[in-house]
Amino acid sequence: MARRFALEGARVCVLEAAPDILSGASKANSAILHTGFDAPPGSLELSCMQDAYDEYMEIREAMNLPVLETGAMVAAWTEDEEARLPDLLAQAQGNGVTDTRIISRDEALAREPALAGHVRGALLVPREHVIDPWSAPLAYATQAKALGAEFRFNAPLTGARRDGDTWQLETGAGSLMAKTVVNCAGLYGDKVEEILTGTPSFEIRPRKGQFVVFDKAASQHLRTILLPVPNERTKGVVLTRTAFGNLLVGPTAEEQEARDRPDVTTPELEMLISKAVELVPALQNMPVTAVYAGLRPASERKEYRVHADADLGYYCAGGIRSTGLTAALGIARHVFALWSESHSLAWSKPNDTMAPSMPNLAEHLPRDYQIPGHDGIVCHCEMVTAREIRAAFDSQLPPGDFGGLRRRTRCAMGRCQGFNCLGRIASLAEGKLRAPILPEDAS
Amino acid sequence: MNTTCDVAIVGGGPAGLGAALELSKLGLRRVVVLERFGEAGGIPRHCGHPPFGMREFKRVLSGPAYARRLVQAAEDAGVEIRTDTTVTAIRPGGVLELATTAGAQTLTARRVLIATGNRERTRAQLLAPGVRPVGVMNTGALQSMVYLEGKRPFSRPVIVGTEIVALSALLTCRRHGIKPVAMVETRDRPQTRRIDMMLARLMGVPVLAGAEILAIEGRPRVEALRLRHKGEERRLDCDGIVFSGRFTPEATVARQSDLALDAGTLGPEIDADGRSSDPQVFVAGNVLHPVETAGHCWAEGRRAAQTIFRDLRKTPKLGAGARIVPGAGLRYVVPQRLGAGSAATLNIRTDGAVRGRVVLSDASGRELAARSVRSYPEQPVRLPVPALDSAALAGDLTLRLDRKD
Repeated sequence: MARRFALEGARVCVLEAAPDILSGASKANSAILHTGFDAPPGSLELSCMQDAYDEYMEIREAMNLPVLETGAMVAAWTEDEEARLPDLLAQAQGNGVTDTRIISRDEALAREPALAGHVRGALLVPREHVIDPWSAPLAYATQAKALGAEFRFNAPLTGARRDGDTWQLETGAGSLMAKTVVNCAGLYGDKVEEILTGTPSFEIRPRKGQFVVFDKAASQHLRTILLPVPNERTKGVVLTRTAFGNLLVGPTAEEQEARDRPDVTTPELEMLISKAVELVPALQNMPVTAVYAGLRPASERKEYRVHADADLGYYCAGGIRSTGLTAALGIARHVFALWSESHSLAWSKPNDTMAPSMPNLAEHLPRDYQIPGHDGIVCHCEMVTAREIRAAFDSQLPPGDFGGLRRRTRCAMGRCQGFNCLGRIASLAEGKLRAPILPEDAS
Repeated sequence: MNTTCDVAIVGGGPAGLGAALELSKLGLRRVVVLERFGEAGGIPRHCGHPPFGMREFKRVLSGPAYARRLVQAAEDAGVEIRTDTTVTAIRPGGVLELATTAGAQTLTARRVLIATGNRERTRAQLLAPGVRPVGVMNTGALQSMVYLEGKRPFSRPVIVGTEIVALSALLTCRRHGIKPVAMVETRDRPQTRRIDMMLARLMGVPVLAGAEILAIEGRPRVEALRLRHKGEERRLDCDGIVFSGRFTPEATVARQSDLALDAGTLGPEIDADGRSSDPQVFVAGNVLHPVETAGHCWAEGRRAAQTIFRDLRKTPKLGAGARIVPGAGLRYVVPQRLGAGSAATLNIRTDGAVRGRVVLSDASGRELAARSVRSYPEQPVRLPVPALDSAALAGDLTLRLDRKD
């Protein structure tokens, strides 16, 4: 959203409650760039995803954002599921994803020899791909910053008053005046709407998704994203490569009250692992690299909660329960279009779009350690160099906490989770994070 | 820089440096140790307390002093140690692919020794429940912070685990003014000899064995560990959690080189000579058997060096032999294959404390070796096996545990 408004010439300020971007719902997803083949026909979600898919493909080269071209298979494992593939195909065709087709058991196994033998067939979606789920939004934010957007961290919205045609906003990091507020507050979308309008029109009902990341050795067993035949509540458990060379299984779908507690639970993690082994038996005994949980900002309704009150200067992109990584660029376009209906541009568009070129973290493309002069590898599991860590701190939007540093460089994200490198990282990061790795009194 | 050598050693810890020194002493001139960190020495570098070096140097040293002496001895003997050099894969034919500060390189060796050591399992690998705050780490990370970087990551942590390394974590805490809140063991009893746990008592640190971890709590930093102990839920307020022990091999190079791995150790599979499934590649140290002392690994490296030295005169080939299948109650056995001709010592690890007898027998049921065992958990059990005849090696060998409880 910040990028879109900045590109159109707006003066933008991003208020972020956490010490860094991507600290809430957006830090934990399955990193898939969706075609929208299974989205509700005619929905806003579908059009946002498809607009965004095209825009991502258009800008990604200039921004050096990776696409791991995997394709996806909606695999049928039972007679029932197999019988539903034609409906899914019809939906995909109706959604304009015309290159989807049903493939036989033999073709599925020829494409993915490690699949369990009881696969019965699949819907092949060639253009579903895997992306870097953090570098992409970081690129959007970096571009907004380069275009003049201000970022305030540790700045939750605490109060708001509409004064004529201007908002007087109180935040954890000072006050601010704005003509328009766009609510992109994710898990706190309804709370922010309540502060702004008095009564929220929707209710966030967090839905937890747990994931297990297998060792990089696992990724040789699966090339295509493996999707289940969906049910009513969720897209179900996905098995997919990551851009970083691992294999990911998840998410679960668990309703919960707490918006700030994405905890992992042992039985569910075990369930995910056994599910993965059931579908790809070669994953038996495969070491686990990481586990995590994300909270999706689902609401009491399935669709995106996008609405506007032009007179109030209030726009809301809420309830983006999933597909947000894919759809973000499209949602931003849509909200800007809504805004433009009743606002004329007082500003001129920037001449230079200031698109940043992001450091590559994807395993299938050249990494920094392969380029001479990197000053040594700090994190050996993920092959992160000292030069990359320094570059992150010197970037336009440097990391605000340890998680932010990990997402920007991949340090301590690998098998040993810092067993070997945490000390060195703590030294390199000292005095540079809003939320430090070491306690304040450490010396 | 040379692109060929006689023996390339992957990993500059006790096993790798022990092997390098021995190869030099045997008269081999082109021995290269490839070390991914900026300094060789391995894990003892950040294990800042004694006892190290009794077997190697006949005196008691701290880890860092021991590591320096290992490096010095190897360098004095003419070993080339390349630091900041990561082996990304070993291709057939002894071709090592290297990542260095000068970019990608290759090194071709007549023989390769993998001595990449091991590491502790992370909370992720243990599937430990809860949220993911800053301040959860392994003993290795704690020690590299305090000993290498001079930083204190917390002041009142909980230590999870009671293996020997947990005692090392305790000592590290004591030396740096860190006061552990408790030691928590999810297994039913401490994993070391009971007398070893005296240290915890002396330091006034309660040991909670048989505990179930319910959740790690805190945001952004660790605030508590919730657990169930003796039927009661407890909340241990703390500012850090150390997951200690539960070692697992650092087998990435082996895995990326498509060497056969053992399901018991998760490290490379070897025969009695320490040869992997690639005839030019040998393996020694804790990548084979998590976990043994530095002194044990050093001695094993020396023995591997002697085998490699003899092997250099021959054409490398996989030996014929039989596989050892460990039975119930046995977590792993190293080596996993035995050949004809020479005696061997099996390194066995049981599941938990046992009393009983371990027996190696051949496919016909004939006993080949046996010994009685009375071990605490995680205690290495050694079983000497005499030179076997070809009849014994006709089929799989069976290793079983007869419990006497």
